[in-house]
Amino acid sequence: MQPFSVTEVKDNISGINALSGNSKAKIIGGGTNLVDLMKMYVETPQELIDINHLKLTTIEVHLNGGMRIGALVRNSDLAYAELVRKQYPVLSQALLSGASAQIRNMATVGGNLMQRTRCPYFFNTSFPCNKRIPGSGCPAINGFNRSHAVLGTSDKCIATHPSDMCVALTALDATILVQGPAGERKIPITDFYLLPGDTPDIETRLQKDELITGIDLPGISSGLSSHYLKVRDRASFEFAITSAAVLLDISGGIIRSARIALGGVGTKPWRSYEAEEILKGAPNNAQSYQAAADEALKNAKPQKYNAFKIELAKRTLIRALETTGGKS
Amino acid sequence: MNELIGKPVDRVDARLKVTGAAKYAAEFELKNLAYGVTVQSTISKGRIKNIDSTNTEALTGVLAVITYKNAMKLQVSTVPGSGRWAEKDLLPLQNDKVFYDGQHIAIVVAETLETAQHGAALLKVDYDEEHPVVEIEQAMAEAYKPKGGSQYSRGDINQGLQNAEVKIDETYSTPVYHHNPIEPQATIAEWTDDQLTIYDGTQAVYGSRNLIAGMLGLGADKVRLICLYLGGGFGCKGFTWAHSVLAPIAAKQVGRPVKIVLDRMQMFTSNGRRSRTIQKIELGASLDGKLTAIRHATNAETSFVDEFLEQAGRSSSFLYESPNVDVSHTLVKLNKITPCPTRAPGEASGTYAFEVAMDELAHKLKMDPIQLRLANYAETNPQNGHPWSSKYLKECYQRGSEIMGWSARNPTPGSMKEGKYLVGYGMATAVYAGNRGSASAKVRVYPDGHAVAGCCTQDIGTGTYTILTQTAADALGMSMDNVIVKLGDTILPRGPNSSGSQTAATAGPAVRAAALDVRSKIIQKAIADKKSPLFGQTEETIVVEDGRLFLKSDKSKGETYGQIISRLKVDMMEGEANITPSNRDPNKEPNPNRFAREDEEVDRKKYSFQSFGAQFAKVLVDPQLGSVRVSKCVGVMDIGTVLNPKTAENQIMGGMIWGIGMALMEGTMYDPNNGRVVTRDLADYRVPVNADMPEFHIEFLNKPDPYISPMGARGIGEIGITGITAAIANAIYHATGKRVRELPITPDKLL
Ligand SMILES: Cc1cc2nc3c(=O)[nH]c(=O)nc-3n(C[C@H](O)[C@H](O)[C@H](O)COP(=O)(O)OP(=O)(O)OC[C@H]3O[C@@H](n4cnc5c(N)ncnc54)[C@H](O)[C@@H]3O)c2cc1C
Ligand code: SF4
Repeated sequence: MQPFSVTEVKDNISGINALSGNSKAKIIGGGTNLVDLMKMYVETPQELIDINHLKLTTIEVHLNGGMRIGALVRNSDLAYAELVRKQYPVLSQALLSGASAQIRNMATVGGNLMQRTRCPYFFNTSFPCNKRIPGSGCPAINGFNRSHAVLGTSDKCIATHPSDMCVALTALDATILVQGPAGERKIPITDFYLLPGDTPDIETRLQKDELITGIDLPGISSGLSSHYLKVRDRASFEFAITSAAVLLDISGGIIRSARIALGGVGTKPWRSYEAEEILKGAPNNAQSYQAAADEALKNAKPQKYNAFKIELAKRTLIRALETTGGKS
Repeated sequence: MNELIGKPVDRVDARLKVTGAAKYAAEFELKNLAYGVTVQSTISKGRIKNIDSTNTEALTGVLAVITYKNAMKLQVSTVPGSGRWAEKDLLPLQNDKVFYDGQHIAIVVAETLETAQHGAALLKVDYDEEHPVVEIEQAMAEAYKPKGGSQYSRGDINQGLQNAEVKIDETYSTPVYHHNPIEPQATIAEWTDDQLTIYDGTQAVYGSRNLIAGMLGLGADKVRLICLYLGGGFGCKGFTWAHSVLAPIAAKQVGRPVKIVLDRMQMFTSNGRRSRTIQKIELGASLDGKLTAIRHATNAETSFVDEFLEQAGRSSSFLYESPNVDVSHTLVKLNKITPCPTRAPGEASGTYAFEVAMDELAHKLKMDPIQLRLANYAETNPQNGHPWSSKYLKECYQRGSEIMGWSARNPTPGSMKEGKYLVGYGMATAVYAGNRGSASAKVRVYPDGHAVAGCCTQDIGTGTYTILTQTAADALGMSMDNVIVKLGDTILPRGPNSSGSQTAATAGPAVRAAALDVRSKIIQKAIADKKSPLFGQTEETIVVEDGRLFLKSDKSKGETYGQIISRLKVDMMEGEANITPSNRDPNKEPNPNRFAREDEEVDRKKYSFQSFGAQFAKVLVDPQLGSVRVSKCVGVMDIGTVLNPKTAENQIMGGMIWGIGMALMEGTMYDPNNGRVVTRDLADYRVPVNADMPEFHIEFLNKPDPYISPMGARGIGEIGITGITAAIANAIYHATGKRVRELPITPDKLL
């Protein structure tokens, strides 16, 4: 690793000041992603700002329904919180499908939101990579790209966003709370992540000197059913090949509303408004599920080794809809 | 004897291991230790144009940057008993040529590991890059048949195929696998004057010592190698790789002891691999299932710096009876590191392809897969007509199918269901050679009544300490608590490598004969000693239990080892054995140890030694998502005497788990353009985790092999991984009707 210093901060403002004061500073949460990347020289911060003592560790219920989750809540605490399991089972399922118990015990909400792609070329500094070094090229496009994205790619980068949690949050219409030198602001998660386009190095709307303080989840009606399904190469400790987070509101055999997000296939956690449109007002049956899945993957662009993801993502979504909607 | 052999005793080193007291190679704390980190090539072929070490050398704490420009010269070892240097034409840091990605091209030595790592990262290397050969398919035109015994035929293969009423002709492929023992490669080297001590994780303590000595231009007596514990090896610690000589070079150059530990990524580039294979199999059979022809042609890969063949077809030449057999192997040279043995080299990949082909034949014949194997059962070795030393494979099939509930299997693919899952049952034959080599051992008994057995072999993690403690204690008639086994140190008498599943079958009889030898010597002393209650008796009338020697006919007449030796006023009594099995040369001096002599007198050339087994798997396949769950694995093994059911089951289960990995998820991926390793960690290179584990049922027939040795035990380390991969692949076919002939069978291949 490149040598670095550690600064422990006790309140949000000192954290933000420390960030603005040093362009080579980085926040460390649980460290489960950042430290790995530092060992690989993908990240080379000179200063680590340890935010683990900030008071961002609570889960609070909003008066109007919904919930505010502190940025330092550990993934396992969030997954096992009684309120989350009751109100947002899809979030709990997504969290528990990720990584391993040990990593979930360390990983924070803020860190999970900001975790970086698992593209193996990105992880290896002896390869070029547009995300690491803009303009250097993308070896994944003509390389081994089985794990890469089929939605939202560009000719500069095809890296998948790896998070499970973020897929559930995307379906739940979460809002990300950030604080910077100019104060606090809120960014809907669906706007938070950027497509790679020509600048795959810029991944989110978070500014260099901003801190994520938490997320807000809107309340959801109690009649809603939801499910998170993840397909992977082994039963645990494994990122998604494809995944789907689904929320359905069904009455009288008709889908009144649907929220759909996909994982493992997009360059960002992938919300499919198109599929939701198809389902809205449609009968709750297999044909509707299939139509929604076809629509969700309509613009998918396969690479040499990941073409199968298009069909698998459709089937994953269909299975998640079947589980949620009770029809197959 | 107190019949310790065959008891499920706990590992004697378990406590040391779980408390961290067992010292692995990297854990010796030497004074003034410096740390070496290797820098590796980032191209697959070319030359080093320039190495700029300015930034590295400017770091405080960096002691040396060693490259081909300033490294000590190495030579080819001529020391007798040298082990195998992994890459014949590539001695590290001797010139500017690069043959593969991840080749060590420099070492940075520093005061701390962190400084050495950072110094390594700061080294700038420029190359003249050339176009590498990266996949077998690219170089098929240059494929060649390696020399040696890898081509085999009998009868007339074309005739056999022509005469067949049913035929199979399919091609199977297996990817590159990496060993990934949990203990990475590690070496510490320390010079004291012209004496060198090496702490190294190696499966060949004795051979590696001699080899390293020779490469450094020293006599074997100048080097001591110590390897007390290994955290696995699976073959990657069998040959000697560059880091083991780079540590002594670096230590010499900085005048301090140096430690080099490869990191996990380097475990994917710098210590061999299992070759990819492409195997074309043709089977011909008559309608009653009799094999009229077997053709097994393997394409494997080697490197530009040495030759290693994954001999996938080897067991196809004798596994079943058939008059017409043709087994061939070809190699292609790639710009990748030289492959090397990986758990069950040959058989792991070979039985996958061959036993899947047999399953395809069974389905085509509409015959039960077990029946097909029984119809072609080889009662003797079909290669040479030799009898098997012992073979109970029929019993394995029988018992395995009972445990599996095979009779409930509806043979039609896709016909069995549990909820939304398709259910499949598959089986395959497991096979691995019953190897045994030469070994020496010494056993000493001390006046306080405890014994020490010594043999320069090593415990790769399989339980060698434990079974040798059982063996020595059993032969001496002592409790295990009073027996200490010493391994992994070249000051001990020469023992076997841990390769070819030979350690137990080789070291065990030597320790036994040495223990019987010292026991006999002590008894002789007692019966000649007027002060002994055993005075005047004959050896045959005396038995030993719990360290006390007494008359068979009168338990009250006797005394302990300690009492006898104490009276003799000697430091200890020693027994020794040097055994070369089948050493029946009449011109040679007979073996002075009578137990060793009796052992050597068995004419082993008359027999074929093979272990066998039957492996079964049940899978649940989600047809919509293509995911496979192995729900039950059954292995029934015929491996001769089971020395310790706990360590034995452990070996078989470990092998079967690896087979699950081979079947469903494992495989190293290389960049298709430049041949560099892409999957370099245990997240991208998937091995099964606990959540993937099925129910295991492992049984042993425990029928002693009457010829392998007086102990009757053949090896067990590798057979567990053979057959199982095919059993799972066959179960997937049975569940889905889809035949995937390219491993691993990931969800995408079942959509
Ligand atoms: C082997 C392995 C398997 C895994 N498998 C999965 C999986 O299956 N599914 C899955 O979803 N994830 C998986 N993960 C990823 C895991 O979820 C992330 O590593 C984890 O969520 C990161 O959280 P952290 O707190 O440790 O972040 P850190 O490593 O501390 O930080 C990550 C990034 O976030 C930034 N950051 C942290 N907190 C804040 C904040 N409050 N404000 C602004 N920036 C911040 C850091 O600067 C850094 O850039 C796996 C990880 C590993 C190592
Ligand atoms: S896909 Fe993106 S992250 Fe991966 S190598 Fe290409 S540019 Fe880099």
